[in-house]
Amino acid sequence: MSKQEVLTIKIAGQAGQGIKSSGILLAKFAKRSGYNVFNYIEYPSIIRGGHNVMQINISLDEVTGPSYKIDFLIALNQDSIDFHLDEYKENSSVLYDSETNLDLSKLPENVSKYPLPLLDLARECGGSELHINTVALGALIGLKSGDIEVLKVLLKEEFEDKGENVIKLNQDAAEKGYSFVLDKYKDDLTDKLKHVQSLNETKDRILINGNEAVALGAIRAGLQFAAIYPMSPISNILHVLAKYQEEYGYVYKQPEDEISAINMSIGASFAGARAMTATSGGGFCLMGEGYGLAGIAEVPLVIVEGMRGGPGTGLPTWSEQGDLRMVLHMHQGDFPRIVLAAGDPQEAYYLTLAAFNLAERYQTTVVLLIDKNICENDQSYPIFDSKEYVVDRGKFSVDKIEDYKRYELSADGISIRSIPGVGNFFIANSDEHNEYGYSSEEIDNRNSQMNKRMKKLETCASTDMPPQTLYGSKDADVTIISWGSNKGSILQAIKEHENVNYLHITWMNPFPTGQIKKVLEESKHVLGVEASFSAQFLGLVKEKTGIEVKDKLLKYDGRPFYTHEIQQKIDSILGGKK
Amino acid sequence: MTTLSELATPYTPNWCPGCGNMSLWAAFKNAAVQEGWDNTNTALAAGIGCHGHIVNFTKITSLEGLHGRPIPVATGIKLSDHKLNVFAFTGDGDCLGEGGNHFIHACRRNHDITIVIHDNGLYALTTGQTSPVSPHGFVSKSTPQGNLDNPLWPLQLAIAAGATFVARGYAGHIKELTELFVKANNHKGISVLDVLQPCVTFNKVCTHETYQQNTYYLDGSHDKTDKEAAFIKSMEWGEKKIPLGVFYEVQQDTYESQLPQLKDKPLVMRSPVYEGTEKLLKGYI
Repeated sequence: MSKQEVLTIKIAGQAGQGIKSSGILLAKFAKRSGYNVFNYIEYPSIIRGGHNVMQINISLDEVTGPSYKIDFLIALNQDSIDFHLDEYKENSSVLYDSETNLDLSKLPENVSKYPLPLLDLARECGGSELHINTVALGALIGLKSGDIEVLKVLLKEEFEDKGENVIKLNQDAAEKGYSFVLDKYKDDLTDKLKHVQSLNETKDRILINGNEAVALGAIRAGLQFAAIYPMSPISNILHVLAKYQEEYGYVYKQPEDEISAINMSIGASFAGARAMTATSGGGFCLMGEGYGLAGIAEVPLVIVEGMRGGPGTGLPTWSEQGDLRMVLHMHQGDFPRIVLAAGDPQEAYYLTLAAFNLAERYQTTVVLLIDKNICENDQSYPIFDSKEYVVDRGKFSVDKIEDYKRYELSADGISIRSIPGVGNFFIANSDEHNEYGYSSEEIDNRNSQMNKRMKKLETCASTDMPPQTLYGSKDADVTIISWGSNKGSILQAIKEHENVNYLHITWMNPFPTGQIKKVLEESKHVLGVEASFSAQFLGLVKEKTGIEVKDKLLKYDGRPFYTHEIQQKIDSILGGKK
Repeated sequence: MTTLSELATPYTPNWCPGCGNMSLWAAFKNAAVQEGWDNTNTALAAGIGCHGHIVNFTKITSLEGLHGRPIPVATGIKLSDHKLNVFAFTGDGDCLGEGGNHFIHACRRNHDITIVIHDNGLYALTTGQTSPVSPHGFVSKSTPQGNLDNPLWPLQLAIAAGATFVARGYAGHIKELTELFVKANNHKGISVLDVLQPCVTFNKVCTHETYQQNTYYLDGSHDKTDKEAAFIKSMEWGEKKIPLGVFYEVQQDTYESQLPQLKDKPLVMRSPVYEGTEKLLKGYI
């Protein structure tokens, strides 16, 4: 199988130098020029200072994971040179400001150097340090034969609300860098970013990260109330939701803490609103008590949990998959919890749509697990299509019902849900309760109410749980099983291995035990890939299927699985033959 | 029209005979009958403690949630259906111990809800430990040598945190407490009603006798729009010196009235199917 050509560009500098915005601009530029894009962002948990890095992977074919090695580095300070010395390929290049006296002595000899007077060029068009990144982008696009007009349109869109002067200044800065390299480095130009499609053909493609996808999915799903306390890496969900609340008519509320977030959302859902909250692991710890309240009171609730490195404050701006067991087990006693896990922004969008319907259909909690890599990495996709989606409120009634029983026993475990204010009396009760909701500790009642609640999971498994996707050929020498953001890295890695397939799991509870058991039993060699010290997911696989995945590729350093790490592991299993 | 019999559930209160909650409950039901609060217009939230049992004896739709959390639940209810009268029943431990953070922040938000503190000065359901309002030196199962903590004063806290209606009632005065429930609910904005309701089983300090002998009602000479005067009154506590009535009341825009998306009708009366969501995705092209 031929090797996919991916252009990997890294923009590095200190926080505050516009690394992220430049990276997104470049990614959008590449997307609009007809390419597929995958962005990977790294930064420490501070606002200014600190080393920020955006990696933009560009390819004519779909690109889904980060690379360790880079083709081109835009280095905006000394750290950017020093921190990436082992990431170069045979013929990588570095672009930097020629006037800043950077120490380049440690750079490998074969790295091509492109010194440019970035700040001087910015100043020539009336700019400052703030415009260095734009000059550099123009220069990069020049070196790779990109269409500068595409960048100018993007800059116009980016600075639309800052006025004509700001737009022109940025366009001029880009033009400066662009012209400079066309003149000075005219013998070095390549066509790696040349326009390959007309703009019209690329119009239906979007560049989006998981946080944005979840927020837009929630709005599409008919979100009416969200209370979310800020926390990395999910804060951008609330930024997007807060922005559009008046336009679409839902309410976003910033609460005083995560305990309030989940209890406000429960109150809203009890009153009849389609409700959600979102947090990361530490915030979810605080929600633990409300989680089970929603379970026993049968209040529908969507909870988005964006994982980062734990425990404690852990690695606030890095990724991990260490919260799976927590969301599966947190809280005393038993209640029917639905737990889904997305593998990328696209899946996060569609699973958010599903989560809102599942929550109301089963009148219980639905946790959607994502992780920092999904939350904050941008990826290009055909625009998401939700035309088929129908808002389903399940057994929900606002009519007056004679002798209404909120928790009436039923074959599928689901009772008719009503709301306050429509004449139907009930108690949504945290205490064990009878069919009307009155507190009750009677033996028969306890058993029948517990059985009723837990029945909902069985109903859900048989009615709503889809088969999981097996990527690649059915007959493979190695089968990888994994979940979450590892998906992109694995799919990227196995492109070069026809004899490796990948079973991607998005349902953690109820669990697709039968299908997983069958696939694993039929596999020649199973490899588990997971970003957690204790292999929480593979433990779950063993618990449910009885199959122990012995060969594990684990990571808990906060970094994503790079393509080459998975490929090396596959090669070692296959004894080096591809 | 609501009648007392319509508010009755099949259950008889399980509070101890003489418990302050009995008369608090009676006053609330009187207010409900007077004002027509019923299952078409009112919702209740309760925490955990003796106070929380009130929902089992009052036939108005409710959510009995977690210890310390009725205020955020009530907030979520109000934001979703702001036409409802919303009451958050809570205890002194529930409100000021476990739920202290929620109380402070609710006071500064002016949601149009009523917080009713069933204030018995200790933890009763767990059989008598000291609470955040128990006095210094208070002897209880958790403080057999005497309480070393200084007490929180709920009214001072409410006024300082920005509540727009702050009142105190005594459960033994059913008629006056009924009026306070009505006033608190009629106030547009956050209402804090601290109800002194003696625990006859565990509290030998704050008894019916104490309150019957030492409380008095604020009269026309108290300017309830004067925050400083209200604060001074809220610090008053002692022999013949326990004020009751409305300490503070000012008009401010409610939280709900400042949300344009709630202008036409409550959230839950609107369709959750929004027009034009595709254009949001198009912003990412």
